[in-house]
Parts: sequence; C-alpha cells; structure tokens
Amino acid sequence: MTPPIKQFVLLLEGVNKTFDGFKAINDLNFYMDEGELRTIIGPNGAGKSTMMDIITGRTRPDTGKVEFGKDTDLTRMNVPEINRLGIGRKFQTPSVYIHHTVFENLLLSLKGPRGVFNALLALTTSEQRDRIEVVLKTIGLTKKAEDLAGSLSHGQKQWLEIGMLLAQDPKLLLVDEPAAGMTDEETHKTGELLLSLEGKHSIIVIEHDMTFVRQIARKVTVLHQGHVLCEGSVDDVQNDERVKEVYLGRKKKN
Amino acid sequence: MQSKFKNLEIWVVMAVALFVVVALPCLNACTPESSWFHVSNFTITVYGKYLCYAMLAISVDLLWGYTGLLSLGQALFFTLGGYMMGMYLMRMIGDLGQYHQPIPDFLVFLGWTKLPAFWQPFSSFPFAMVMAMLLPGALAGIFGYLAFRSRIRGVYFSILTQALTYAACLLFFRNSLLLGGNNGFTDFKFILGHDIREPATQRYLFIASGLALLLVYLLCKWLTKTKLGKVQRAIRDSENRVMFSGYSTANFKLFIFVFAALIASLAGVLYVPQVGIINPGEMAPDKSLEAVVWVSVGGRGTLIGPIIGAFAVNAMKSWATRAYPDLWLIFLGGMFIFVTVFMPKGIVGLPAQLRMLWNRFARKPAGETIAPPESVTEVFNQEFKKSPTQGTPKPTPPES
Repeated sequence: MTPPIKQFVLLLEGVNKTFDGFKAINDLNFYMDEGELRTIIGPNGAGKSTMMDIITGRTRPDTGKVEFGKDTDLTRMNVPEINRLGIGRKFQTPSVYIHHTVFENLLLSLKGPRGVFNALLALTTSEQRDRIEVVLKTIGLTKKAEDLAGSLSHGQKQWLEIGMLLAQDPKLLLVDEPAAGMTDEETHKTGELLLSLEGKHSIIVIEHDMTFVRQIARKVTVLHQGHVLCEGSVDDVQNDERVKEVYLGRKKKN
Repeated sequence: MQSKFKNLEIWVVMAVALFVVVALPCLNACTPESSWFHVSNFTITVYGKYLCYAMLAISVDLLWGYTGLLSLGQALFFTLGGYMMGMYLMRMIGDLGQYHQPIPDFLVFLGWTKLPAFWQPFSSFPFAMVMAMLLPGALAGIFGYLAFRSRIRGVYFSILTQALTYAACLLFFRNSLLLGGNNGFTDFKFILGHDIREPATQRYLFIASGLALLLVYLLCKWLTKTKLGKVQRAIRDSENRVMFSGYSTANFKLFIFVFAALIASLAGVLYVPQVGIINPGEMAPDKSLEAVVWVSVGGRGTLIGPIIGAFAVNAMKSWATRAYPDLWLIFLGGMFIFVTVFMPKGIVGLPAQLRMLWNRFARKPAGETIAPPESVTEVFNQEFKKSPTQGTPKPTPPES
C-alpha cells in the first residue's frame, strides 16, 4: 500500500511489535486525516491498546514508522514529550487526581510549560480561569468545579478526564473505551460530547459497544491480530464477511 | 471552613514555635533550679533532639505522604549531615583529646601522624555546612536520577532506599574510611568557639533547631501550595495521568527527593552537637523505619502530623526504654500495626474519625442519618422508573 502524498495527522506504516513471541502488532498500516473522528474496533487482543501505547510512546515498536503531522518521528520520543506535541490520551479506567478539586484537575492539565521550576513559581492567571470555565461547560461539570474529583460518579470522572485532555487543546485525542461502565444515558451524552469535538481535534476512539459506535462512527477501522482487517463506514464494516467471522458474529448486540 | 481551619493550623504552629524558641529557653536560663517553672538542661537537650527528629519526619512525609514515594532510607541523609557536622566538631577538639595530638584520637589509634587531606578543610565551619548540603544532595541526586529514570516505583523504590542506607552503614563501619569506624565521632569540645557542654550553648542549639524546624515547616507549607505541590500530589494519586499530561514525573520526583534529603541533612547537622555523638548505627535500616512510624502515627500527608508523631513516639520511647527496656521494639511494631489498621490518618486524623464514629452511633436514635440520602432515591427514579429496560449500567469490558 503506497501512502498518498496528502498530509496526515497520524501515520503508522509497517509497524510490528512482539511481546515474548506474541505478535501484538503485525505489519500495521494506519493513516488518519486532520480533524477526523475515527473509531477503532476489534476483539480482545486485537492490539488496540498496544497501538495506543505505541502512538503515545509507552511502548516502542520493533520496526516501522510512526509519524505525527509533518515528519515528527514518534518512535524516538518518550511519553511526556509526545504529549507535549499535542497528543492526549484518555485511559479506559478513569484516571483523575482524586484528592484535587475538579478545577485543579483541569488546571494541571492546561496547555503550558511543564518544567519543575516553572511549576514552583507558576500562578493561576485569569486567562487560565476562563479557559477552565469553558472546558467545565463543555463537559458539563461547572457546578462541580470545587468538588474533589474523588467524589464524582464514574461517568463524571470519565468526562473530567476528557476535559483534562481538552484543557491541553491537543491536536490528536486518543480515547480508550470512554463508555465503559457508563449507563446508556451517560454513554449517549459521551457520544454527543465526542461528536461536538469533531473537526476541532482529530480523534481516535476505541470502543467495544456497537450501539455507541453507531452513534459516533464516521469511519471505522477493524483491527484483528495486530493488523487492519478492513476500514469503512459502520454498515460496510458490519457487512464485511471477514469482520462478521472474527468479531461481530460474537459481539453483535441483540 | 476548610481554609479557616488551615489558617488556624498556621497560627497554632506559630504560637507553639514562639513558646518553644523563646519561652522554654528563657525558663531554662532565668529560673532557679528549685522553681516549679524551671526547665532542666536535660529537658532542653532531649527536646532539641526531638525537634531534629521532627524535621527528619517531615522529610519522610514529603516523599511518602505527598509524593507516594516510601523512602526507607531517609536516616542516611540525616546521618550524612551529622557526619559533616561531626567532622567539624572533631577538628575543634584540637589537641585536647586522649592522646593530646593535633589530629583526632581515632586517627592516632590507626597510626596516622598527619591529618588526611580530605579532613583538612573541615576546620572551617562554613565548609562543613556547605558539604552537609552538597554531599547528601549529590547522593540523593545521583541515586534519584538513576532510580526515577529507570521508573523504579512502589515497593522496589522502598527496597532500594533501604539497601542504600544499609550499604552506607556497612561502608561507614570500616576503619579504612577514616571516619571513626564503628565508634564514629564523640567527645566533642567546642562549637564556633563555645564550650559545647555549657547549658548556654545547648540552649542556642535548641533555639536553632526550633527555628530550623519552623523554617522547614513554612517552606514545605509554601511548596505544597504551589503548582509543584499540586503536581506532587497528582503523581501520588495517578502518576500515569501526570505523565500523559506532559510532565516528566521523573524530574519532579527527583526535585522532591533531593529537597527532602537536604531537610534530613539539616536535621542531622543540628542533631549531632546536641546528642554529642554520631556513628554508623544511625544509618542502620531500623532508624529509617522508625521515622516512617513517626509519620504514620502523627498522620501522613499533613505537615503537622510528622511533627506530632516525632514528639509523641519519641517521648513514649524515652519512657518505655526506661520502664520496659526489652519491650520497646514490640511496642513500636504494635503501635505501627494499630495505627495502620485503625487510625490510617494518624493522630491528626483522629478528631475527624471520632466525629464520624459519633455520627454513626450517637446520632442514630435521633433518626437523622437513617433515611437514605436524597441522591440515591433520585438516581433510582432516573435509572429504573423512567426506562426500566435500559437502567442497568453496562459492565466494564475487559481490557484488550
């Protein structure tokens, strides 16, 4: 597969990763346009999380190219460096700072210098407060700003974490199963939140829940055994024989 | 309410500090020994020691309670600071030692006739003080850099710090290091031209320790309020999130580790002239463990907790080692277990804990807390009455 000359926001080419003889990622090629909302699905062990790890610098690929924007090689950078480029990642289980208030959680995530000595002398500016207000509104937690993050419900924690990503104003958002453990109503709200971000940010969503995928999906990529099985709209993907075989046959919701 | 309470803490600390650095030394100096208000020289020395322990406890808590790094080797930096002060004090003995030579007795005993080169500059007090900051700081810097860069966390970090202090302990036991071997340094005579055994000198050392503790407390109070302090606690609660927010957590942990080592070293510097002895036994792993017990008894994650813990446990130790000398360690271990299981927030958290107990038992008959909170009924209505088929949350799928 030859890549078009077009500028991608994210490009993975010929990526391989083996853990103790297990091929987690197998000749993976993945291209994403700027501003795209992409959904990745795939059965357990398909390599979805490993792919996220490779993009964010948590795991180094054995071989292959991982590039962000204009020729930024991600394989040579560590986690904080990659994050500072503008790649935010939300984990599957909500990880927020439970002993900080919602406001402080966002404050620590705001775009800005990340050095030790800067942190020693940094003061909260009114622009930062305004920015936090905007994010609070986006994630619907304005009333909870002064509450401890630990006191939030599971769904609210998930939204807060998405808000923490937004506070950084990232170019690319990686969102790992945002609807896990949520009620249907919360799931739907999460979907709307993600759709509202489309265009402003490039977003990759990993999801298991097909109802949720139907709600948000534009283009779906199916991963299987560390390789892209097929790509297309939800309907294309659901009607694909290979996909039915490996994934939907087992997972399809009543 | 919360901020009022926090301000209250500062005022209480200032009042106690004023009492400690002004009233106690005055009572020691100006009242006759027969007076009811007299504070004995012994008391001054013992409390001076506790003040130093309190600083050590703060340094442990800054790592454990605030950053989630349980250091089991903090006494190493304390002892190193003490050794630097000890070297200066040894030089100040001059030729008043047992052998009446111009070099420390133990060097004469080892067959030295001239002072080894590295001992020479320690005749200077400023040099010794600079070394007391540089050496522990550099050691913490190098060790921390290697440990944090290799992402050593949790129990592995604890074991490594423990191993480090044990290794240093074995090293300092060797006579060939020319630092006094297992006897260490003792029999000090003068500090900055004053007779170290004079009550007045001890009083000044006591005041210096009190002021140093106050300074350390205020500095840490400020530090925890800065953004750095917020990042520090964020690392404790969710280090991954901090890293994935663009912070190099290794750098932050390194900064805190070095800072804590400097506090411990300062404590050691003030400790040695008050107790009059320093030897490698202070580096033994159990010393660091004791400091951890002080912090957990007092209440970790607070700054006032370690101070209270250091005083409470050591006061108890002074009493118990006299009354039941054989049982002290069992006592200490038992206390640690009790606090960990029943008082996770230590003495500082006790009022809140008692209030909760009070609410649970005493107010129950009044019927105030029996009714389910409103939110539960609300959630129930939302979830089950509106859409009975869709109400249950989906289980979290296993991670792929």
